[in-house]
Amino acid sequence: MNKTIIEINCLKKDYHVGEVTVHALRGVDMKIQKGEFVAVMGVSGSGKSTMLNILGCLDIPTKGDYFLDGVDIRTLSKDELARLRNQKLGFVFQAYNLLPRTTALENVELPLFYNSSVKTKERKERAVRALEAVGLADRMHHMPNQLSGGQQQRVAIARSLVNDPVMILADEPTGNLDTRTSFEIMELFQDLNDRGRTIVYVTHEQDIARFATRNVVFRDGLIQRENLVTERIFAREILKTLPIENIEEFDT
Amino acid sequence: MSYSNLFIIAIRALVRNRLRAILTMLGIIIGVASVIAMLALGEGSKRSMREELSKMGTNMIMVMPNFQRRGGVSLGSSSSNAIKMVDVLALRNEATYLAAVSPEVRASGQVIYGNQNTQTTIYGVSEEYLGIRKLVISNGRIFNSQEVKSMAKVCILGQTVVENLFGTGTDPVGLSIRIKNLPFLVIGVLEEKGESGMGQDQDDLILAPYTTVQRRLAAIDYINGIYASAVSEEKSTKAKTEMEEILRRTHKLKDSDENNFRIMSQSELMETMSSMMSIMTYLLGAIAAISLLVGGIGIMNIMFVSVTERTREIGLRMSIGGRSQDILKQFLVESIILSILGGLFGIILGYIIAKGAGSLMDTKAYVQTQAVVLSFVVCFAIGVFFGWYPARKAANLNPIDALRYE
Repeated sequence: MNKTIIEINCLKKDYHVGEVTVHALRGVDMKIQKGEFVAVMGVSGSGKSTMLNILGCLDIPTKGDYFLDGVDIRTLSKDELARLRNQKLGFVFQAYNLLPRTTALENVELPLFYNSSVKTKERKERAVRALEAVGLADRMHHMPNQLSGGQQQRVAIARSLVNDPVMILADEPTGNLDTRTSFEIMELFQDLNDRGRTIVYVTHEQDIARFATRNVVFRDGLIQRENLVTERIFAREILKTLPIENIEEFDT
Repeated sequence: MSYSNLFIIAIRALVRNRLRAILTMLGIIIGVASVIAMLALGEGSKRSMREELSKMGTNMIMVMPNFQRRGGVSLGSSSSNAIKMVDVLALRNEATYLAAVSPEVRASGQVIYGNQNTQTTIYGVSEEYLGIRKLVISNGRIFNSQEVKSMAKVCILGQTVVENLFGTGTDPVGLSIRIKNLPFLVIGVLEEKGESGMGQDQDDLILAPYTTVQRRLAAIDYINGIYASAVSEEKSTKAKTEMEEILRRTHKLKDSDENNFRIMSQSELMETMSSMMSIMTYLLGAIAAISLLVGGIGIMNIMFVSVTERTREIGLRMSIGGRSQDILKQFLVESIILSILGGLFGIILGYIIAKGAGSLMDTKAYVQTQAVVLSFVVCFAIGVFFGWYPARKAANLNPIDALRYE
């Protein structure tokens, strides 16, 4: 349980917007252990999203070290980074980013297409299992526009799970969802975390951050504070207390 | 990424955006089809012009008397007695570049059969005339030299004359008609030749031995002209010069005298025509180039827009592990599929348009292989390049920049 999967030392990221240089990250040190459930918080412009994009190898740091699962990211080529994203990371976006007019099953299959060691039959089986794991076994052949926001985000989570990653990264996964649906998504994340999956997610909502085991708060490109969550909320219990508004089915 | 995966991904992407794929293909279809149709119609009319010309006899050389003037009044050429039968004989004996020579004596008058009559021109000629003018006897025979010598009253009818006198369905060979009140035996009928390029009816004529026409119908001792054919089309200029020399000698013209005859060769006419043809060829080339350019720009635009529009999709594919080359290959396969399908449909459509417009405009459309290949290759190249190039730009972005692309 005490294996470090992320180690970051003095990480910096600068953006050049015309003449102006924006220092999005000004030297961040961070460690994430296997099985942790971390909420990255901060106001907009604090650098939290930049941090997550770098963790997900979608963006490259300007300076500093980043070891992911023991691998030094700076030594990897673009293609090797792509393979890393394909096989070790799962990404969940605020806007779901599903392919339109494509069934849930085909959306979930997509990462496995880029992994040549996965055969056609296995690809489909794994996609089905991932969809079952997020509770969408009966929605496999639906198109995104036939699914509610919450269901679309579940498909996105299934897609991030399908390659059995060491870590799931989620950028404001509940940002587009109503409270109840948000809690349902967090319930799913907590379940996944209980089964040992490392999850890092970005949120600016205090409530949502309390589902995690640890909070990291960013401010002006630096970590302002880090703390273990003392009064952790469990989504399953909260959901029991909420009235069942059956709006999800119509909310697209 | 394996090739089967690549194809599945590319085909799924195309099927997912059927409308966009069809519109993109439409650009290619129109580009290819317009070039093929334009060139087919142009080539068709070029060919039919050439055919028309060669039907008139490409080796033919005509000799006409020059215009006669008496006191400033032109008397026209037909009343001239400058050309005589001795000229024909001299040409037959001396000319080396001529294959055949025939005199032509013209008379016009009323022709009667039963209660039908018609007005037409009777051409007095020798046997060689048919070969020179590319006339063919469809039924019956040509007069022989005995009949020429004896001024026999025999004749060969053109189809228009046959129709006017006998109506359709009657075989006039062996029947007797009256030309200017003289009885003539019909010994042959000419094959139909249709209208000439100038709209003249080439079937409204009667052929008879030149001796008969000269003595019995026109009562003249000269002839109206000479028709000859050069041994080949290339030799027709030389033949013409040679004819001029011979005729000047038989006409006993001094060096200072002007010709009292005119020589015209069909090949001169052909040259004028062929320069018109080459202008037409250039014109067609220009039309093809413009259609290709317009089609190409259309393809370029739609490919560029549709790929750029998919930058976010490219970002997503990269974020879940697609390498730049995987993305590029996918877009390459997509644009190859679209370009090939569009090109094939374009060829079919171009063919249909060419045939349809051809039958509307009453010219034969002629689809050339070069036009098909040229338009297909150009449109294919443009289609594939502009499918690939914007994809390459997008695939070279950081995944996060491609994802955030607006």
